[in-house]
Amino acid sequence: MTDEQELDLASLSDEELVEQMHDDLYDGMADEVVAGTNILLGRGWGPDRVLAEALVEGMRIVGVDFRDGILFVPEVLLSANSMKAGMAILRPLLAETGAKPIGKVVLGTVKGDIHDIGKNLVGMMLEGAGFEVVDLGVNTDVDKFLAALDEHKPDILGMSALLTTTMPYMKVVISALRDRGIRDDYIVLVGGAPLNEEFGLAVGADAYCRDAAVAAETARAFIDKRRAAQA
Amino acid sequence: MAGSNRRASTLVIGCGALGRELVELVARDGLEHVEVRCLPASLHNRPEGIPAAVEGLVIAAQGRYERVFVAYGDCGTGGGLDRVLAAHGIERLPGAHCYQAYAGLAAFDRMAEEEPGTFYLTDFLVRSFDRLVVAGLGLDRHPELLPQYFAGYRRVVYLSQRDDPALLAAAARAAERLGLSFECRHTGLGELETSIARLAVVAVAEAA
Repeated sequence: MTDEQELDLASLSDEELVEQMHDDLYDGMADEVVAGTNILLGRGWGPDRVLAEALVEGMRIVGVDFRDGILFVPEVLLSANSMKAGMAILRPLLAETGAKPIGKVVLGTVKGDIHDIGKNLVGMMLEGAGFEVVDLGVNTDVDKFLAALDEHKPDILGMSALLTTTMPYMKVVISALRDRGIRDDYIVLVGGAPLNEEFGLAVGADAYCRDAAVAAETARAFIDKRRAAQA
Repeated sequence: MAGSNRRASTLVIGCGALGRELVELVARDGLEHVEVRCLPASLHNRPEGIPAAVEGLVIAAQGRYERVFVAYGDCGTGGGLDRVLAAHGIERLPGAHCYQAYAGLAAFDRMAEEEPGTFYLTDFLVRSFDRLVVAGLGLDRHPELLPQYFAGYRRVVYLSQRDDPALLAAAARAAERLGLSFECRHTGLGELETSIARLAVVAVAEAA
């Protein structure tokens, strides 16, 4: 919202308001995203619908423009902070609905690497897509990954790395899963700026995810496929 | 960019972050057969663009130089630059990035292991700190983003190329601005110097 005149969000139709929230997310205007979230809830929208149509879709647009070089990291962080502000309102309401998460993800940046911006975006988009996310943080060694898998029993293990020097550690973790005979118990997704699809396959991951929105879509697709196979 | 003359038989394609040092090395060693061309250092904000940008200069250089050397590390291309260079039979600086080239591979690995949360500065980055780090990360407009960028960092290590008290003071100020502890390790030009010296040796051998 760049108009100098104050826009009365409450005067907008649902469709206009959602579109405006996409713009406000894009511009990193957290207060406006919070206001829009409250207005939609007040109009009887369920928290899951607000999350999917207003917040996740808005952040997906941000992700596309980041990928295309239109937006840069500072703008994406501001957008993410706006989405987080909206999610802070929705999270307790979603919990109240008693809806089960569609899956559980254990997520971490690998050993030797302390970069977490991308990982945090992935965690946020996964949560937005209905996953329960256990974030192990940064500089995560193989023992910590294994302990978390044992404790939380997730469907998906997600690993992130920003450095060329640290991304090979993903193979260390996946090899440890193989050595213990538990590799196929998990869907393994990897991501990070210097990675590519070829690297993901080479280290034995199920998929490489080029950005946070793709990570959420890929996680969903693998969960659906796995559940269909189990049915 | 430098050493531009008709006798140049070697092209060094370098990152703009190394440009000043490359030009000084070539001039210092009197390498009249070496020409230096640099790409913008800002490409590091989009490292996936580095291989194509380098390859563009490599292709443009074909038939004009006897050899090409690339003064880049992997620089976050995830092996993408190496694939391009392998296709053209061209060598580059060793290591993942210029910090490693300056510090030396083993010494850099020790530093990274000792504290993964290390933010590295070089002379170039100290000189460009406000433009590339502060403005580049949007911290001038949104200082509230600082903790999100630097939460995992514990210290700044300034890998200095020259012994310059003004740069040292600026590096310390940069660390203070980021809220991190500060240390300086003088590296000189490290592998950059070794690689350029090798180009001189090759030229001498070929001329003999």
